[in-house]
Amino acid sequence: MMLWRDKFAFSSALFLIIVTFAALFGPSVLPDSALNMNLMARNAPPFELERGWMYVLGSDNLGRSLLARLVIGARYTLMIAASAVLLALVAGTILGLISGYAGGRLGNVILRAADIVMSFPSLLLALIVLFVLSPQVSNVVLVLALSRMPIYLRTCRAEVLEIRERQFVNAARALGATHSRMVFLHILPNALPTLMTLATLEFAAVMLAESSLSFLGLGVQAPAVTWGLMVADGRGYLASAWWVSFWPGLAISLTAISANLMANWLRTAMDPAQRWRLEGDRKS
Amino acid sequence: MTDHLLEVRDLSICFHSRGRTVKAVNGVNWHLDRGETLAILGESGSGKSVSASAVMGIIDMPPGEIVSGSITFDGQDLLNLPPHKRQKINGRRIAMIFQDTLAALNPVYSIGRQISESMAVHGKSPSEARARAIELLERVGIAEPERRFHDYPHQFSGGQRQRVMIAAAIAMEPDVLIADEPTSALDVTVQAGILKLLKKLQAETGMSILIITHDLGVAAEVADRVVVMNQGEVVEQGGVSDVLNRPQHSYTKRLLAAVPGRHGYTRTETERGEILLEVENLSKHYGITKGFMKVATGRAIRALDEVSLTLAKGEVLGIVGESGSGKSTLVNTLLGLTSPTSGDVRFRGQSMLSENQREMRALRRQVQVVFQDPTASLNPRMSVARIISEPWAIHRDVLPRSQWRDRVAELLEQVGLPAACATRYPHQFSGGQRQRIAIARALALQPEVIICDEAVSALDVSIQAQVIELLKDLKRQHGLSYLFVAHDLPVVRDFADRTIVMQNGKIVESGRTEDVFERPQHIYTQNLLASRPEEEKLRSEVMEPAR
Repeated sequence: MMLWRDKFAFSSALFLIIVTFAALFGPSVLPDSALNMNLMARNAPPFELERGWMYVLGSDNLGRSLLARLVIGARYTLMIAASAVLLALVAGTILGLISGYAGGRLGNVILRAADIVMSFPSLLLALIVLFVLSPQVSNVVLVLALSRMPIYLRTCRAEVLEIRERQFVNAARALGATHSRMVFLHILPNALPTLMTLATLEFAAVMLAESSLSFLGLGVQAPAVTWGLMVADGRGYLASAWWVSFWPGLAISLTAISANLMANWLRTAMDPAQRWRLEGDRKS
Repeated sequence: MTDHLLEVRDLSICFHSRGRTVKAVNGVNWHLDRGETLAILGESGSGKSVSASAVMGIIDMPPGEIVSGSITFDGQDLLNLPPHKRQKINGRRIAMIFQDTLAALNPVYSIGRQISESMAVHGKSPSEARARAIELLERVGIAEPERRFHDYPHQFSGGQRQRVMIAAAIAMEPDVLIADEPTSALDVTVQAGILKLLKKLQAETGMSILIITHDLGVAAEVADRVVVMNQGEVVEQGGVSDVLNRPQHSYTKRLLAAVPGRHGYTRTETERGEILLEVENLSKHYGITKGFMKVATGRAIRALDEVSLTLAKGEVLGIVGESGSGKSTLVNTLLGLTSPTSGDVRFRGQSMLSENQREMRALRRQVQVVFQDPTASLNPRMSVARIISEPWAIHRDVLPRSQWRDRVAELLEQVGLPAACATRYPHQFSGGQRQRIAIARALALQPEVIICDEAVSALDVSIQAQVIELLKDLKRQHGLSYLFVAHDLPVVRDFADRTIVMQNGKIVESGRTEDVFERPQHIYTQNLLASRPEEEKLRSEVMEPAR
């Protein structure tokens, strides 16, 4: 199996599967323990088992189990990050393809619009939108996707401009290929690896952006919890109880790194010219 | 010891990649004396550049590894020299010029600065360096060196940039100049100028030149001695006329036999067949605009200027011209990739420039194309089967999907590749094989005309000969006509029935290939043909009877 050969990619896949499981089934397995306050165990340090295994990672300032909160928090964190990244990726790619391939006035309008969004402080934009609309999860996703979209658009457009001039696209054109054929069969598959790598990098950035929104009270509303919110919660206790911020921070980093390694592996596995690297040394 | 200026002895270099070890050069011996010119001749992958790179110490290690051998320069063992001593030799006593001049010159510095830089590194005052740089520019034939001193690389043509590179290389009056394919990217007339310059500089300074080339014509023109390399080994070396006229080794013989332009002319029947493709007064002008608002200036660049030609069934029409002659614009217009300013293109009397998309598709099917660079013209993410069947996916009515597989196998066999190749990807093939795949794709719609846009220019001579053979076979089998666009005169001379010579978007001469090559009327054609005198001599000595 190709995945087993790349040990990093394999452990990343394993970690991502665990996190996904936590997001899917966590809330039904641990319905209450993430919310139950235990003022006796305020800021309990990690690795002390006398309070039971729920407190193995310690607890926060209200004595809630960090482990349980991490598991519960995985759902919203992943949901928001994944859907915002996906939305931005799809929309940015489509607009990038249009502005890169068709060009002309429409292409310029799209590009200038993206520039406006890009030059506007994204946090300010989010504040305004979320202030006008209600701070729901769906609106948070929308705002994050909107502010992140120009990056995909720009990257996609640059790739398209380069690939469009390659000879095999001309060859297809000379054969009489339709525009959609050239875009979706010849240009997009060659631009996708770059965009996928960008998307996984963005995954971490979106998780953090979500946490700053939540910190300002415009993101996810309590009692719902996300990792970003947990990092923000522990900010005041960094000197006395580092673990409150540390564990969710670690979860964010590990998820981001795993996503990145997986993307790297995928990119190699999808490229016919690179695939041999994963297939081990074949004697030829 | 020996008194050779530069001597490479028993040199073996390996490259480690993909868990395998490839011997790039194996037990190579050659030497270079003062004031002589040595040519290392070989096709791609023969290891011809590797030993020269080892001399300059620019092999990446790893993946490269010098397994055995020695390189001696003026009594010093280069391979065991400490880095700081070696630095004193590189650039000062051994200089190098490259094929790709645009990549070798830094685009953000003026050329004057780049030339004086090497002198400043080796300890000359700025004003001295500047005066010397201007003198050098003049010597390599750059007009108005004072003014051009401050110009940037992109403001020079390819030939001029190579002259600038030479100026920088000879700045420190080196003992040895290594030239790695110095003229391969240049047009023939420009190439002739550069080679002449090298000879002139050699006569003035007495330096030795090591020229690495795949082009027998270049070797014949400038070299005193030749080293022929194949698959990392020296197969033959000796005086240039001995090797090229009386080759001993079977590889050299094969290489010489593959050189185009020596087989006499294709016999043309007096009766021309039915006219397939007709181009009438085709023009393409690009307007020159000025300033921010892009106001038309009224002037225009005439990329194509009133070009007319006809192509008959079963005929090969060669179109030759140097870069900027309008060849590519002509091809793009014929393929419908750019629309002409005026004029008409007709296929069997039907205009190919109509607006009606459906009619166009049916007509365009009859005219297919093979591009120059087979690496770029095949989508790297598609398997060979998908590449070849793409024409059927676009023109749905040609072949039902159930028959695609068999037809792909059939086409692959026709172009001389095993049918099992269908599942593989383009990067797994060599350049010649990729061009065969591109030809198979062009054949998929069973066209009557195939446009070969420099289709063999990127290939080694022996591969070139094979692909031309294939094109000839296919022509016989399918009654194809070719529009054969090339800058390489000998290939056209061998292959084309009739030839058109283009310059600055105009046709300056056309006629039967034999007439054009033997009795050129236009001054430009005469110049073009006169650019390769040595090759012409070589040809007359080894001329074979016409086939």
